[in-house]
Amino acid sequence: MRLTTDQVQKVAKLGSLTLTIDEEQKFSEQLSKILGYIEELNAVNTDSVEPTFNVTDNVNVLREDIDRPGLSQEEALLSASVKKDNFFVSKGVFKNE
Amino acid sequence: MSDPTGLTLIQTLKALEAKDFSLEELNKAYLERIKKYNPDLNVYLDINEESGGIPAAIKSLISTKGIRTNAASKIIENYKPPFNATVIDNLFGQNVSVIGKTNQDEFAMGSSGENSAFGPTKNPWDPSKIPGGSSSGSAVAVAADLAVFSLGTDTGGSIRQPASLSGVVGLKPSYGRVSRYGAIAMASSLDQIGPFTKSVADARLVLEWISGGDKYDSNATKEKFAPVVVSEARQSLKGIKIGIPKEYFGEGLDSGVKKTVEDAIDKLKELGAETVEVELPSTKHAIAVYYILMASEVSSNLGRFDGLRFGGPRDLFGPEPKRRIMLGTFALSSGYFDDYFIKAAKVRTLIKRDFEKAFEKCDVIVGPVSPTVAWNIGEKIDDPLKMYLSDIYTVPASLAGIPGLSIPCGFSKNLPVGLQILGKYMDEETILNVGEIYENATDWKKEKPKLADGV
Repeated sequence: MRLTTDQVQKVAKLGSLTLTIDEEQKFSEQLSKILGYIEELNAVNTDSVEPTFNVTDNVNVLREDIDRPGLSQEEALLSASVKKDNFFVSKGVFKNE
Repeated sequence: MSDPTGLTLIQTLKALEAKDFSLEELNKAYLERIKKYNPDLNVYLDINEESGGIPAAIKSLISTKGIRTNAASKIIENYKPPFNATVIDNLFGQNVSVIGKTNQDEFAMGSSGENSAFGPTKNPWDPSKIPGGSSSGSAVAVAADLAVFSLGTDTGGSIRQPASLSGVVGLKPSYGRVSRYGAIAMASSLDQIGPFTKSVADARLVLEWISGGDKYDSNATKEKFAPVVVSEARQSLKGIKIGIPKEYFGEGLDSGVKKTVEDAIDKLKELGAETVEVELPSTKHAIAVYYILMASEVSSNLGRFDGLRFGGPRDLFGPEPKRRIMLGTFALSSGYFDDYFIKAAKVRTLIKRDFEKAFEKCDVIVGPVSPTVAWNIGEKIDDPLKMYLSDIYTVPASLAGIPGLSIPCGFSKNLPVGLQILGKYMDEETILNVGEIYENATDWKKEKPKLADGV
């Protein structure tokens, strides 16, 4: 299928990417070509074939529910570019806080 | 003291034990060599002058506490992890130290090393060529004797392919054999950490060191790899059945590579192995399946880079991560999920079944790693699909989760060719044994690139 620049913009928004106009055009071309190639899979008969998401067949690997040490607040904040009162600073969740 | 940088890991350990040289002298020799050749080859993004153990090169993607780990990306250019990957702690327990962090394709996305935000790594056999990727620096660190061994990661061929194109041994263990904890995630159902080494025996030893269950990786639940070491007297492949898949020798395979790999298969027969033809008919769909599943997992994994806890804003992603986030986001989006993601996951089952069926008839499967030798820097950079298709012989094993070894098996156009040996799930033992017996019967490991005398 062909991915128009409108669709590219929509997908970029879903993927939290800001693209330049040049990038939109380039991705529209390149992704259309890649999707065109990928479409060969439509010809494969997969009736009654189960999907494989993981090859280990592990299901719900759990650990004992006991606490264990993690990073200290200081260590966790080490690489944050903006911090306030020993916390990360993020955009507001509601409105434009 | 003779120059220790040409020694294999096992030879280095023996020499240290015999006090032929000290760890300090060993590190000094490697650091001097790095200073001489790194400016031209661009292998290391970071060099650790404090290295005091057995010097290993570590792919930038793998977290090292307090040592910059930027995955060759601008978005986390100066990130220093506050913890070690499990494999790093395991290596520290063996008195290994990190001599440097190696260049790679950004976030392990690429087949040539050119997608690094910090310039391409050069192939030591011919600096106008790519060394393969994505673990480009880790392959060349070993090929150019700038480390005793190295670690890389392999999601669709990123250890085996650069090992082949740079002329060293590279091992992708079975999915789940080695903990992925601390390797910056690309495609979680495919990623595996593994070694680049100067001999097959070295790869076996490093796998023993880094493998095993880990409470921090719920897919690493298996036992540690416990090798049954090939006795030095064992030089025969009698009783071993080698599967030859015709799908790995068809259109697109360079004639020089084909000839070199066929010669290697003849050698395996000479050593006593029996060959059988096997069929892997779904191979032709592997790249399409891989690019949907991998990109989907990428779009999810790279969602965590929001610049809040570490790193910068998302526009610092390079073109290839952006392209894959776009492709994956699309494949997972409403209306396309069943047609793309689920369809690909079903065809993945067929690829896995191909191998299961083939392994009913043989112990290992052998073929080329890459359809061509190393290509020119810049040759495929503007055509992502062409670059993706170069992974055709490595991607199927990744989708099936089985182990794969690449070992040097000769040259074509004066550039190295690797022989790929694939094994049954969790059977690294047999592929390493076959590889080692072949290696002992040939002289390829003695071949070293002649480096231009640097700066």
